[in-house]
Amino acid sequence: MPLSKDEVRHVAMLARLGVEPGDEEYYAEQLSGILEHIDRLQQLDTGDIPPTAQVVEISSRLREDDPRPSLTQEEALANAPAAVNGMFRVPSIQEEA
Amino acid sequence: MTNGDLTQLTVKETLRLLRLGSVSAADLVTAHVERIERLDPHVKAYLRFTPELWEKQAAEADRLIRQGETRPLLGIPVAIKDVLCVRGVETTAGSQILKGFKPPYTATAVQRLFDAGAVMLGVTNCDEFAMGSSTENSSYFPTRNPWDLARVPGGSSGGSAAAVAAGEAMLALGTDTGGSIRQPAALCGVVGMKPTYGRVSRYGLIAFASSLDQIGPFARSVDDAAITLSVISGLDDLDATSADRAPMEVLSNFGGGVKGMRLGVPREYYEVEGIEPGVKAAIDAALDVLRMQGAEIVDVSLPHTDYGLAAYYIIAPAECSSNLARFDGVRYGLSEVDAPNITELYLETRRKGFGSEVRRRVMLGTYALSSGYYDAYYLKAQKVRTLIKRDFDEAFEKCDAIVSATSPTVAFPLGAKTQDPLSMYLCDVLTLGGNLAGLPGISIPCGTSDGLPVGLQVLAPQWGENVALRVARAYEEASRIRAEVAEVV
Repeated sequence: MPLSKDEVRHVAMLARLGVEPGDEEYYAEQLSGILEHIDRLQQLDTGDIPPTAQVVEISSRLREDDPRPSLTQEEALANAPAAVNGMFRVPSIQEEA
Repeated sequence: MTNGDLTQLTVKETLRLLRLGSVSAADLVTAHVERIERLDPHVKAYLRFTPELWEKQAAEADRLIRQGETRPLLGIPVAIKDVLCVRGVETTAGSQILKGFKPPYTATAVQRLFDAGAVMLGVTNCDEFAMGSSTENSSYFPTRNPWDLARVPGGSSGGSAAAVAAGEAMLALGTDTGGSIRQPAALCGVVGMKPTYGRVSRYGLIAFASSLDQIGPFARSVDDAAITLSVISGLDDLDATSADRAPMEVLSNFGGGVKGMRLGVPREYYEVEGIEPGVKAAIDAALDVLRMQGAEIVDVSLPHTDYGLAAYYIIAPAECSSNLARFDGVRYGLSEVDAPNITELYLETRRKGFGSEVRRRVMLGTYALSSGYYDAYYLKAQKVRTLIKRDFDEAFEKCDAIVSATSPTVAFPLGAKTQDPLSMYLCDVLTLGGNLAGLPGISIPCGTSDGLPVGLQVLAPQWGENVALRVARAYEEASRIRAEVAEVV
Protein backbone atom coordinates (compact mmCIF):
# COMPACT_ATOMS: atom_id res chain seq x y z
CA MET A 1 0.00 0.00 0.00
CA PRO A 2 1.71 3.25 -1.07
CA LEU A 3 2.05 5.98 1.51
CA SER A 4 0.97 9.52 0.61
CA LYS A 5 2.82 12.70 1.55
CA ASP A 6 -0.01 13.54 3.95
CA GLU A 7 0.38 10.19 5.68
CA VAL A 8 4.12 10.75 6.03
CA ARG A 9 3.41 14.15 7.59
CA HIS A 10 0.87 12.57 9.96
CA VAL A 11 3.21 9.71 10.99
CA ALA A 12 6.16 12.10 11.45
CA MET A 13 4.00 14.23 13.76
CA LEU A 14 2.90 11.16 15.75
CA ALA A 15 6.59 10.27 16.18
CA ARG A 16 7.49 13.90 16.95
CA LEU A 17 9.99 13.91 14.10
CA GLY A 18 10.53 17.29 12.55
CA VAL A 19 10.56 17.13 8.74
CA GLU A 20 12.60 19.22 6.38
CA PRO A 21 11.41 20.56 3.04
CA GLY A 22 11.37 17.69 0.55
CA ASP A 23 11.34 15.06 3.28
CA GLU A 24 7.72 14.05 2.77
CA GLU A 25 8.27 13.12 -0.85
CA TYR A 26 11.52 11.27 -0.13
CA TYR A 27 10.09 9.21 2.73
CA ALA A 28 6.76 8.61 0.96
CA GLU A 29 8.65 6.99 -1.89
CA GLN A 30 11.05 4.98 0.27
CA LEU A 31 8.49 3.81 2.81
CA SER A 32 6.09 2.84 0.01
CA GLY A 33 8.82 0.63 -1.49
CA ILE A 34 9.39 -1.10 1.83
CA LEU A 35 5.65 -1.50 2.48
CA GLU A 36 5.25 -3.03 -0.96
CA HIS A 37 7.63 -5.80 0.12
CA ILE A 38 5.93 -6.11 3.50
CA ASP A 39 2.52 -6.56 1.87
CA ARG A 40 3.43 -10.16 1.06
CA LEU A 41 2.49 -10.96 4.67
CA GLN A 42 -1.14 -10.60 3.60
CA GLN A 43 -0.76 -13.72 1.42
CA LEU A 44 -0.49 -15.89 4.54
CA ASP A 45 -3.56 -17.21 6.27
CA THR A 46 -2.85 -16.61 9.94
CA GLY A 47 -6.41 -16.97 11.25
CA ASP A 48 -5.63 -19.67 13.83
CA ILE A 49 -2.08 -18.61 14.59
CA PRO A 50 -1.37 -16.99 17.95
CA PRO A 51 0.94 -13.95 17.90
CA THR A 52 4.45 -14.17 19.37
CA ALA A 53 5.71 -11.17 21.32
CA GLN A 54 8.44 -12.96 23.20
CA VAL A 55 10.16 -16.11 21.92
CA VAL A 56 11.86 -17.49 24.99
CA GLU A 57 9.94 -18.88 27.92
CA ILE A 58 11.11 -16.79 30.82
CA SER A 59 8.84 -16.34 33.79
CA SER A 60 8.75 -12.92 35.37
CA ARG A 61 10.76 -12.61 38.52
CA LEU A 62 10.05 -10.02 41.17
CA ARG A 63 12.72 -8.68 43.45
CA GLU A 64 12.21 -8.02 47.14
CA ASP A 65 10.73 -4.58 47.64
CA ASP A 66 13.69 -3.30 49.63
CA PRO A 67 15.07 0.20 49.30
CA ARG A 68 18.41 0.32 47.52
CA PRO A 69 20.76 3.01 46.31
CA SER A 70 19.90 4.87 43.13
CA LEU A 71 21.47 7.73 41.21
CA THR A 72 21.99 10.89 43.18
CA GLN A 73 20.22 14.02 41.95
CA GLU A 74 23.59 15.32 40.77
CA GLU A 75 24.29 12.14 38.76
CA ALA A 76 20.81 12.14 37.27
CA LEU A 77 21.24 15.71 36.09
CA ALA A 78 24.84 15.36 34.92
CA ASN A 79 23.80 14.89 31.26
CA ALA A 80 20.93 17.38 31.34
CA PRO A 81 20.97 19.88 28.46
CA ALA A 82 19.54 22.43 30.92
CA ALA A 83 18.90 22.13 34.63
CA VAL A 84 17.61 24.59 37.14
CA ASN A 85 17.17 24.18 40.91
CA GLY A 86 17.88 20.44 40.67
CA MET A 87 15.29 19.89 37.93
CA PHE A 88 15.34 19.39 34.14
CA ARG A 89 14.42 22.62 32.43
CA VAL A 90 12.03 22.45 29.46
CA PRO A 91 10.18 25.09 27.45
CA SER A 92 6.70 26.12 28.46
CA ILE A 93 4.22 23.22 28.33
CA GLN A 94 1.04 25.29 28.67
CA GLU A 95 0.20 28.28 26.55
CA GLU A 96 -0.20 31.48 28.50
CA ALA A 97 -3.84 32.31 29.13
CA MET B 1 58.62 -11.38 20.75
CA THR B 2 58.06 -8.10 18.92
CA ASN B 3 55.17 -5.85 19.77
CA GLY B 4 53.55 -6.48 16.40
CA ASP B 5 53.28 -10.18 17.11
CA LEU B 6 51.28 -9.51 20.25
CA THR B 7 48.39 -8.29 18.14
CA GLN B 8 48.20 -11.56 16.21
CA LEU B 9 47.57 -13.85 19.17
CA THR B 10 44.44 -15.56 20.40
CA VAL B 11 43.24 -15.13 23.98
CA LYS B 12 44.33 -18.64 24.88
CA GLU B 13 47.91 -18.06 23.67
CA THR B 14 48.06 -14.65 25.32
CA LEU B 15 46.93 -15.91 28.72
CA ARG B 16 49.76 -18.46 28.63
CA LEU B 17 52.37 -15.80 27.85
CA LEU B 18 51.00 -13.55 30.59
CA ARG B 19 51.18 -16.37 33.11
CA LEU B 20 54.75 -17.16 32.11
CA GLY B 21 55.61 -13.51 32.64
CA SER B 22 57.09 -13.17 29.15
CA VAL B 23 54.67 -10.33 28.39
CA SER B 24 52.64 -7.97 30.55
CA ALA B 25 49.18 -6.53 30.15
CA ALA B 26 50.86 -3.16 29.67
CA ASP B 27 52.93 -4.62 26.77
CA LEU B 28 49.72 -5.85 25.17
CA VAL B 29 48.17 -2.40 25.41
CA THR B 30 51.28 -0.78 23.91
CA ALA B 31 51.34 -3.23 21.01
CA HIS B 32 47.66 -2.67 20.26
CA VAL B 33 47.86 1.10 20.58
CA GLU B 34 50.83 1.17 18.17
CA ARG B 35 48.91 -0.90 15.68
CA ILE B 36 45.80 1.26 16.09
CA GLU B 37 47.87 4.41 15.48
CA ARG B 38 49.23 2.88 12.29
CA LEU B 39 46.06 1.26 10.90
CA ASP B 40 42.99 2.91 12.33
CA PRO B 41 43.33 6.10 10.27
CA HIS B 42 42.59 3.74 7.34
CA VAL B 43 40.15 1.26 8.93
CA LYS B 44 38.32 3.71 11.22
CA ALA B 45 37.04 0.99 13.52
CA TYR B 46 37.10 3.15 16.64
CA LEU B 47 35.07 6.21 17.55
CA ARG B 48 36.94 6.95 20.76
CA PHE B 49 39.74 5.63 22.90
CA THR B 50 39.81 5.08 26.65
CA PRO B 51 43.43 5.63 27.80
CA GLU B 52 42.43 6.24 31.43
CA LEU B 53 40.68 2.88 31.55
CA TRP B 54 43.38 0.93 29.77
CA GLU B 55 46.13 2.32 31.97
CA LYS B 56 44.23 1.54 35.16
CA GLN B 57 42.97 -1.86 34.05
CA ALA B 58 46.32 -3.03 32.63
CA ALA B 59 48.15 -1.99 35.79
CA GLU B 60 45.59 -3.83 37.91
CA ALA B 61 45.84 -6.92 35.67
CA ASP B 62 49.63 -6.95 35.95
CA ARG B 63 49.37 -6.62 39.73
CA LEU B 64 46.95 -9.57 39.93
CA ILE B 65 49.07 -11.70 37.57
CA ARG B 66 52.13 -11.10 39.76
CA GLN B 67 50.09 -12.30 42.73
CA GLY B 68 49.37 -15.49 40.80
CA GLU B 69 45.69 -14.76 40.28
CA THR B 70 43.95 -16.25 37.24
CA ARG B 71 40.80 -14.87 35.61
CA PRO B 72 39.34 -15.86 32.25
CA LEU B 73 40.32 -12.64 30.45
CA LEU B 74 42.96 -11.18 32.74
CA GLY B 75 44.97 -8.61 30.75
CA ILE B 76 43.15 -9.15 27.43
CA PRO B 77 42.60 -5.96 25.32
CA VAL B 78 38.98 -5.54 24.21
CA ALA B 79 36.84 -3.09 22.24
CA ILE B 80 33.22 -2.20 23.02
CA LYS B 81 30.49 -1.28 20.54
CA ASP B 82 29.11 2.24 20.93
CA VAL B 83 25.70 1.00 22.12
CA LEU B 84 26.93 -0.45 25.42
CA CYS B 85 27.09 1.98 28.31
CA VAL B 86 30.37 2.35 30.15
CA ARG B 87 30.24 4.62 33.19
CA GLY B 88 31.86 7.97 32.44
CA VAL B 89 32.81 7.04 28.84
CA GLU B 90 30.98 8.89 26.06
CA THR B 91 28.45 6.45 24.54
CA THR B 92 26.43 7.64 21.54
CA ALA B 93 24.96 4.66 19.61
CA GLY B 94 26.64 6.15 16.53
CA SER B 95 24.13 9.02 16.72
CA GLN B 96 24.32 12.79 16.97
CA ILE B 97 21.37 12.75 19.35
CA LEU B 98 23.55 11.21 22.09
CA LYS B 99 26.66 13.27 21.40
CA GLY B 100 28.41 13.97 24.69
CA PHE B 101 26.34 11.47 26.71
CA LYS B 102 28.34 9.93 29.54
CA PRO B 103 26.37 7.10 31.14
CA PRO B 104 26.13 7.04 34.94
CA TYR B 105 26.35 3.22 34.92
CA THR B 106 28.04 0.34 33.09
CA ALA B 107 26.26 -2.37 31.07
CA THR B 108 26.24 -5.73 32.82
CA ALA B 109 27.98 -7.51 29.92
CA VAL B 110 30.78 -4.93 29.97
CA GLN B 111 31.06 -5.06 33.76
CA ARG B 112 31.42 -8.85 33.56
CA LEU B 113 34.24 -8.46 31.01
CA PHE B 114 35.96 -6.01 33.35
CA ASP B 115 35.46 -8.34 36.33
CA ALA B 116 37.08 -11.12 34.28
CA GLY B 117 40.16 -8.90 33.87
CA ALA B 118 39.68 -7.42 30.38
CA VAL B 119 41.37 -4.14 29.45
CA MET B 120 39.23 -1.71 27.45
CA LEU B 121 40.92 0.02 24.50
CA GLY B 122 38.01 2.03 23.16
CA VAL B 123 34.55 2.38 21.71
CA THR B 124 33.84 0.99 18.23
CA ASN B 125 31.82 2.49 15.41
CA CYS B 126 28.41 1.19 14.37
CA ASP B 127 25.35 2.05 12.34
CA GLU B 128 23.23 4.63 14.14
CA PHE B 129 21.26 2.85 16.89
CA ALA B 130 22.54 -0.43 15.36
CA MET B 131 20.28 0.06 12.32
CA GLY B 132 22.14 -1.03 9.23
CA SER B 133 24.27 -3.70 7.62
CA SER B 134 27.33 -1.73 6.51
CA THR B 135 28.26 0.77 9.28
CA GLU B 136 27.65 3.50 6.69
CA ASN B 137 24.72 4.72 8.80
CA SER B 138 27.08 5.86 11.55
CA SER B 139 26.59 9.59 11.96
CA TYR B 140 30.36 9.98 12.46
CA PHE B 141 32.06 8.18 9.54
CA PRO B 142 31.96 4.80 7.79
CA THR B 143 34.30 2.02 8.89
CA ARG B 144 36.29 0.20 6.20
CA ASN B 145 36.79 -3.51 5.68
CA PRO B 146 40.39 -4.36 6.72
CA TRP B 147 40.65 -6.84 3.82
CA ASP B 148 39.73 -4.20 1.21
CA LEU B 149 39.45 -0.60 2.32
CA ALA B 150 37.08 0.24 -0.55
CA ARG B 151 34.51 -2.16 0.92
CA VAL B 152 32.21 -2.14 3.93
CA PRO B 153 32.91 -4.23 7.05
CA GLY B 154 29.22 -5.16 7.34
CA GLY B 155 27.10 -3.96 10.19
CA SER B 156 25.77 -2.84 12.39
CA SER B 157 28.70 -3.92 14.61
CA GLY B 158 31.18 -3.14 11.81
CA GLY B 159 33.68 -1.33 14.04
CA SER B 160 33.95 -4.27 16.43
CA ALA B 161 34.37 -6.78 13.59
CA ALA B 162 36.96 -4.62 11.81
CA ALA B 163 38.92 -4.00 15.02
CA VAL B 164 39.28 -7.73 15.69
CA ALA B 165 40.06 -8.49 12.02
CA ALA B 166 42.75 -5.79 11.86
CA GLY B 167 44.48 -6.81 15.09
CA GLU B 168 43.32 -3.58 16.74
CA ALA B 169 41.68 -5.58 19.58
CA MET B 170 41.84 -9.20 20.64
CA LEU B 171 38.13 -9.38 21.42
CA ALA B 172 35.15 -7.12 20.99
CA LEU B 173 31.53 -6.95 22.03
CA GLY B 174 28.75 -6.30 19.54
CA THR B 175 24.99 -6.60 19.40
CA ASP B 176 22.80 -8.60 17.03
CA THR B 177 19.16 -7.68 16.33
CA GLY B 178 18.87 -9.12 12.82
CA GLY B 179 22.43 -10.24 12.09
CA SER B 180 24.52 -7.33 13.36
CA ILE B 181 27.20 -9.59 14.89
CA ARG B 182 27.18 -12.52 12.48
CA GLN B 183 27.09 -10.58 9.19
CA PRO B 184 30.05 -8.26 9.93
CA ALA B 185 31.95 -11.24 11.38
CA ALA B 186 31.42 -13.02 8.05
CA LEU B 187 32.43 -9.99 5.96
CA CYS B 188 35.56 -9.36 8.05
CA GLY B 189 36.67 -12.99 8.39
CA VAL B 190 36.35 -13.35 12.17
CA VAL B 191 34.22 -15.36 14.58
CA GLY B 192 31.03 -13.71 15.86
CA MET B 193 28.31 -15.16 18.03
CA LYS B 194 24.74 -14.16 18.83
CA PRO B 195 23.47 -15.96 21.94
CA THR B 196 19.98 -17.27 22.69
CA TYR B 197 17.63 -14.41 23.60
CA GLY B 198 17.97 -14.04 27.37
CA ARG B 199 21.42 -15.62 27.69
CA VAL B 200 23.16 -12.26 28.16
CA SER B 201 21.72 -9.40 30.17
CA ARG B 202 20.75 -6.36 28.12
CA TYR B 203 21.08 -3.96 31.05
CA GLY B 204 22.98 -0.91 29.87
CA LEU B 205 22.46 -1.69 26.19
CA ILE B 206 20.91 1.24 24.34
CA ALA B 207 17.83 -0.60 23.08
CA PHE B 208 16.91 -0.92 19.41
CA ALA B 209 14.33 -3.76 19.32
CA SER B 210 13.95 -5.24 22.77
CA SER B 211 12.49 -8.62 21.80
CA LEU B 212 15.33 -9.25 19.32
CA ASP B 213 18.50 -7.57 20.68
CA GLN B 214 21.30 -9.71 22.11
CA ILE B 215 24.91 -8.91 23.05
CA GLY B 216 27.68 -11.23 21.91
CA PRO B 217 31.41 -11.58 21.23
CA PHE B 218 33.76 -11.15 18.28
CA ALA B 219 37.01 -13.14 18.39
CA ARG B 220 39.64 -14.73 16.17
CA SER B 221 38.95 -18.29 17.32
CA VAL B 222 35.93 -20.33 18.34
CA ASP B 223 37.53 -21.03 21.73
CA ASP B 224 37.99 -17.31 22.39
CA ALA B 225 34.37 -16.56 21.45
CA ALA B 226 33.17 -19.37 23.71
CA ILE B 227 35.18 -18.17 26.70
CA THR B 228 33.99 -14.60 26.22
CA LEU B 229 30.39 -15.70 25.93
CA SER B 230 30.63 -17.71 29.16
CA VAL B 231 32.03 -14.62 30.90
CA ILE B 232 29.18 -12.29 29.86
CA SER B 233 26.34 -14.84 30.28
CA GLY B 234 23.98 -15.46 33.14
CA LEU B 235 21.16 -14.19 35.26
CA ASP B 236 21.07 -10.48 36.06
CA ASP B 237 18.57 -8.87 38.41
CA LEU B 238 18.79 -5.72 36.31
CA ASP B 239 17.27 -7.36 33.19
CA ALA B 240 13.91 -9.08 33.70
CA THR B 241 14.38 -11.05 30.46
CA SER B 242 17.75 -12.51 31.46
CA ALA B 243 17.48 -16.25 32.00
CA ASP B 244 18.58 -18.25 35.00
CA ARG B 245 20.99 -20.50 33.08
CA ALA B 246 24.48 -21.48 34.18
CA PRO B 247 27.13 -19.51 32.22
CA MET B 248 29.33 -22.60 31.89
CA GLU B 249 26.50 -24.40 30.08
CA VAL B 250 27.70 -22.77 26.85
CA LEU B 251 31.03 -24.61 27.11
CA SER B 252 29.68 -28.08 27.95
CA ASN B 253 31.04 -30.76 25.63
CA PHE B 254 31.81 -28.25 22.90
CA GLY B 255 35.02 -30.04 22.00
CA GLY B 256 33.15 -33.26 21.19
CA GLY B 257 33.35 -33.10 17.39
CA VAL B 258 30.57 -33.62 14.84
CA LYS B 259 30.76 -37.38 14.36
CA GLY B 260 27.21 -38.68 14.34
CA MET B 261 25.65 -35.22 14.42
CA ARG B 262 22.91 -34.36 11.94
CA LEU B 263 23.43 -30.97 10.32
CA GLY B 264 20.47 -29.52 8.46
CA VAL B 265 20.84 -27.48 5.27
CA PRO B 266 17.64 -25.49 4.68
CA ARG B 267 17.02 -25.47 0.95
CA GLU B 268 15.53 -21.95 1.19
CA TYR B 269 18.86 -20.71 2.64
CA TYR B 270 21.06 -22.78 0.34
CA GLU B 271 19.29 -21.46 -2.77
CA VAL B 272 18.57 -17.99 -1.40
CA GLU B 273 18.05 -15.31 -4.04
CA GLY B 274 21.18 -13.33 -4.74
CA ILE B 275 23.67 -15.80 -3.27
CA GLU B 276 27.01 -15.38 -5.01
CA PRO B 277 28.55 -18.45 -6.71
CA GLY B 278 31.78 -17.97 -4.76
CA VAL B 279 29.89 -17.96 -1.47
CA LYS B 280 28.00 -21.08 -2.46
CA ALA B 281 31.22 -22.84 -3.42
CA ALA B 282 32.78 -22.00 -0.04
CA ILE B 283 29.70 -23.36 1.76
CA ASP B 284 29.76 -26.55 -0.34
CA ALA B 285 33.41 -27.05 0.59
CA ALA B 286 32.57 -26.48 4.27
CA LEU B 287 29.78 -29.05 4.10
CA ASP B 288 32.29 -31.53 2.63
CA VAL B 289 34.65 -30.89 5.55
CA LEU B 290 31.88 -31.48 8.06
CA ARG B 291 30.78 -34.64 6.22
CA MET B 292 34.37 -35.94 6.28
CA GLN B 293 34.37 -35.43 10.04
CA GLY B 294 31.43 -37.78 10.37
CA ALA B 295 28.48 -35.40 10.35
CA GLU B 296 25.38 -36.41 8.45
CA ILE B 297 24.21 -33.56 6.19
CA VAL B 298 20.42 -33.59 5.92
CA ASP B 299 17.98 -31.61 3.81
CA VAL B 300 15.56 -29.48 5.85
CA SER B 301 13.04 -26.78 5.03
CA LEU B 302 12.15 -23.40 6.52
CA PRO B 303 9.07 -22.73 4.38
CA HIS B 304 8.33 -19.22 5.66
CA THR B 305 11.79 -17.84 4.87
CA ASP B 306 10.34 -15.57 2.17
CA TYR B 307 8.22 -13.81 4.79
CA GLY B 308 10.95 -13.34 7.39
CA LEU B 309 12.24 -10.01 6.14
CA ALA B 310 8.72 -8.58 5.92
CA ALA B 311 7.83 -9.68 9.47
CA TYR B 312 11.16 -8.40 10.77
CA TYR B 313 10.70 -4.98 9.15
CA ILE B 314 7.44 -4.53 11.02
CA ILE B 315 8.50 -5.89 14.40
CA ALA B 316 11.94 -4.28 14.66
CA PRO B 317 10.80 -0.78 13.56
CA ALA B 318 7.72 -0.99 15.81
CA GLU B 319 9.89 -1.74 18.83
CA CYS B 320 12.44 0.89 17.80
CA SER B 321 9.79 3.57 17.42
CA SER B 322 8.81 3.15 21.07
CA ASN B 323 12.37 2.65 22.37
CA LEU B 324 13.59 5.80 20.64
CA ALA B 325 10.78 7.92 22.08
CA ARG B 326 13.05 8.55 25.07
CA PHE B 327 15.36 10.74 22.97
CA ASP B 328 13.39 13.91 23.50
CA GLY B 329 16.04 16.50 24.35
CA VAL B 330 15.06 16.70 28.02
CA ARG B 331 17.36 14.47 30.06
CA TYR B 332 20.47 13.91 27.94
CA GLY B 333 22.09 14.41 24.57
CA LEU B 334 21.32 16.90 21.85
CA SER B 335 18.59 19.37 22.75
CA GLU B 336 16.82 22.33 21.27
CA VAL B 337 15.94 23.33 24.80
CA ASP B 338 15.33 26.95 23.90
CA ALA B 339 12.55 26.07 21.48
CA PRO B 340 9.37 28.17 21.97
CA ASN B 341 7.31 25.26 23.29
CA ILE B 342 7.63 21.60 24.26
CA THR B 343 6.40 20.18 20.93
CA GLU B 344 8.95 22.25 19.04
CA LEU B 345 11.63 20.97 21.44
CA TYR B 346 10.78 17.37 20.48
CA LEU B 347 10.41 18.04 16.75
CA GLU B 348 13.61 20.05 16.39
CA THR B 349 15.76 17.86 18.65
CA ARG B 350 14.73 14.72 16.77
CA ARG B 351 15.00 16.41 13.36
CA LYS B 352 18.60 17.40 14.06
CA GLY B 353 19.59 14.31 16.03
CA PHE B 354 18.42 11.35 13.95
CA GLY B 355 19.85 10.27 10.59
CA SER B 356 17.76 9.10 7.66
CA GLU B 357 17.73 5.35 8.39
CA VAL B 358 16.61 5.94 11.97
CA ARG B 359 13.90 8.34 10.79
CA ARG B 360 12.78 5.79 8.20
CA ARG B 361 12.42 3.06 10.82
CA VAL B 362 10.79 5.26 13.45
CA MET B 363 8.20 6.32 10.86
CA LEU B 364 7.67 2.77 9.61
CA GLY B 365 7.21 1.50 13.16
CA THR B 366 4.93 4.36 14.14
CA TYR B 367 2.83 3.73 11.04
CA ALA B 368 2.58 -0.03 11.75
CA LEU B 369 1.41 0.66 15.30
CA SER B 370 -0.91 3.52 14.46
CA SER B 371 -4.66 3.40 14.72
CA GLY B 372 -6.23 1.43 11.87
CA TYR B 373 -3.02 -0.37 10.84
CA TYR B 374 -2.12 -2.32 13.97
CA ASP B 375 -3.96 -5.53 13.00
CA ALA B 376 -2.87 -5.47 9.37
CA TYR B 377 0.80 -4.95 10.14
CA TYR B 378 1.96 -5.45 13.71
CA LEU B 379 -0.38 -8.24 14.77
CA LYS B 380 0.05 -9.95 11.42
CA ALA B 381 3.85 -9.80 11.74
CA GLN B 382 3.70 -11.29 15.23
CA LYS B 383 1.63 -14.19 13.90
CA VAL B 384 4.12 -14.74 11.10
CA ARG B 385 6.83 -14.71 13.76
CA THR B 386 5.04 -17.72 15.28
CA LEU B 387 5.13 -19.48 11.91
CA ILE B 388 8.84 -18.80 11.53
CA LYS B 389 9.53 -20.09 15.03
CA ARG B 390 7.56 -23.25 14.20
CA ASP B 391 9.60 -23.74 11.01
CA PHE B 392 12.73 -23.89 13.13
CA ASP B 393 11.10 -26.18 15.73
CA GLU B 394 10.19 -28.62 12.96
CA ALA B 395 13.60 -28.42 11.32
CA PHE B 396 15.31 -29.17 14.64
CA GLU B 397 13.32 -32.39 14.88
CA LYS B 398 15.36 -33.58 11.91
CA CYS B 399 18.75 -32.14 12.80
CA ASP B 400 20.95 -31.01 15.69
CA ALA B 401 22.02 -27.74 14.08
CA ILE B 402 21.42 -25.76 10.90
CA VAL B 403 24.26 -24.69 8.61
CA SER B 404 24.22 -22.08 5.85
CA ALA B 405 26.06 -19.08 4.55
CA THR B 406 25.92 -16.14 6.98
CA SER B 407 25.58 -13.57 4.19
CA PRO B 408 24.55 -14.18 0.57
CA THR B 409 27.44 -11.96 -0.56
CA VAL B 410 30.97 -11.04 0.40
CA ALA B 411 31.77 -7.47 1.49
CA PHE B 412 30.39 -4.95 -1.01
CA PRO B 413 31.83 -1.56 -2.03
CA LEU B 414 30.97 1.49 0.06
CA GLY B 415 27.92 3.23 -1.33
CA ALA B 416 26.67 0.18 -3.25
CA LYS B 417 23.44 -0.18 -1.27
CA THR B 418 22.92 3.18 0.42
CA GLN B 419 20.34 4.46 -2.07
CA ASP B 420 18.07 1.42 -1.85
CA PRO B 421 17.07 0.52 1.72
CA LEU B 422 15.50 -2.80 0.73
CA SER B 423 18.72 -4.03 -0.90
CA MET B 424 20.55 -3.25 2.36
CA TYR B 425 17.88 -5.06 4.40
CA LEU B 426 18.35 -8.17 2.24
CA CYS B 427 21.91 -8.52 3.65
CA ASP B 428 20.29 -10.05 6.75
CA VAL B 429 17.98 -12.50 5.03
CA LEU B 430 19.92 -15.53 6.37
CA THR B 431 20.45 -14.18 9.87
CA LEU B 432 17.23 -12.47 10.98
CA GLY B 433 15.29 -15.73 11.30
CA GLY B 434 17.58 -16.60 14.21
CA ASN B 435 16.55 -13.37 15.97
CA LEU B 436 12.84 -13.84 15.31
CA ALA B 437 13.09 -17.36 16.79
CA GLY B 438 15.49 -16.39 19.61
CA LEU B 439 18.15 -18.91 18.52
CA PRO B 440 21.88 -18.90 19.17
CA GLY B 441 24.00 -18.55 16.03
CA ILE B 442 27.66 -18.28 15.20
CA SER B 443 29.52 -17.16 12.08
CA ILE B 444 32.99 -18.54 11.44
CA PRO B 445 35.40 -17.97 8.54
CA CYS B 446 35.11 -20.64 5.81
CA GLY B 447 37.48 -19.49 3.11
CA THR B 448 37.30 -16.71 0.58
CA SER B 449 35.61 -15.70 -2.65
CA ASP B 450 37.54 -13.28 -4.88
CA GLY B 451 39.95 -12.82 -1.99
CA LEU B 452 37.22 -11.71 0.44
CA PRO B 453 36.11 -13.66 3.53
CA VAL B 454 33.05 -15.92 3.50
CA GLY B 455 31.24 -16.85 6.72
CA LEU B 456 29.61 -20.15 7.67
CA GLN B 457 26.60 -19.76 9.95
CA VAL B 458 25.63 -22.44 12.48
CA LEU B 459 22.24 -22.06 14.19
CA ALA B 460 21.18 -24.24 17.11
CA PRO B 461 17.99 -24.68 19.15
CA GLN B 462 17.42 -22.24 22.01
CA TRP B 463 20.02 -22.65 24.79
CA GLY B 464 22.11 -24.81 22.43
CA GLU B 465 25.13 -22.47 22.23
CA ASN B 466 27.33 -25.46 23.05
CA VAL B 467 25.93 -27.30 20.01
CA ALA B 468 26.65 -24.39 17.66
CA LEU B 469 30.10 -23.96 19.20
CA ARG B 470 30.80 -27.68 18.86
CA VAL B 471 30.08 -27.64 15.13
CA ALA B 472 32.07 -24.42 14.68
CA ARG B 473 35.05 -25.76 16.58
CA ALA B 474 35.07 -29.07 14.73
CA TYR B 475 34.97 -27.19 11.43
CA GLU B 476 37.71 -24.76 12.48
CA GLU B 477 39.96 -27.63 13.52
CA ALA B 478 39.36 -29.85 10.49
CA SER B 479 39.40 -27.11 7.84
CA ARG B 480 42.49 -25.47 9.29
CA ILE B 481 40.85 -22.20 8.32
CA ARG B 482 41.63 -19.75 11.08
CA ALA B 483 40.58 -16.17 11.43
CA GLU B 484 43.70 -14.30 10.35
CA VAL B 485 44.77 -10.76 11.08
CA ALA B 486 44.43 -8.51 8.05
CA GLU B 487 47.58 -6.68 6.97
CA VAL B 488 45.51 -3.69 5.78
CA VAL B 489 48.33 -1.49 4.46
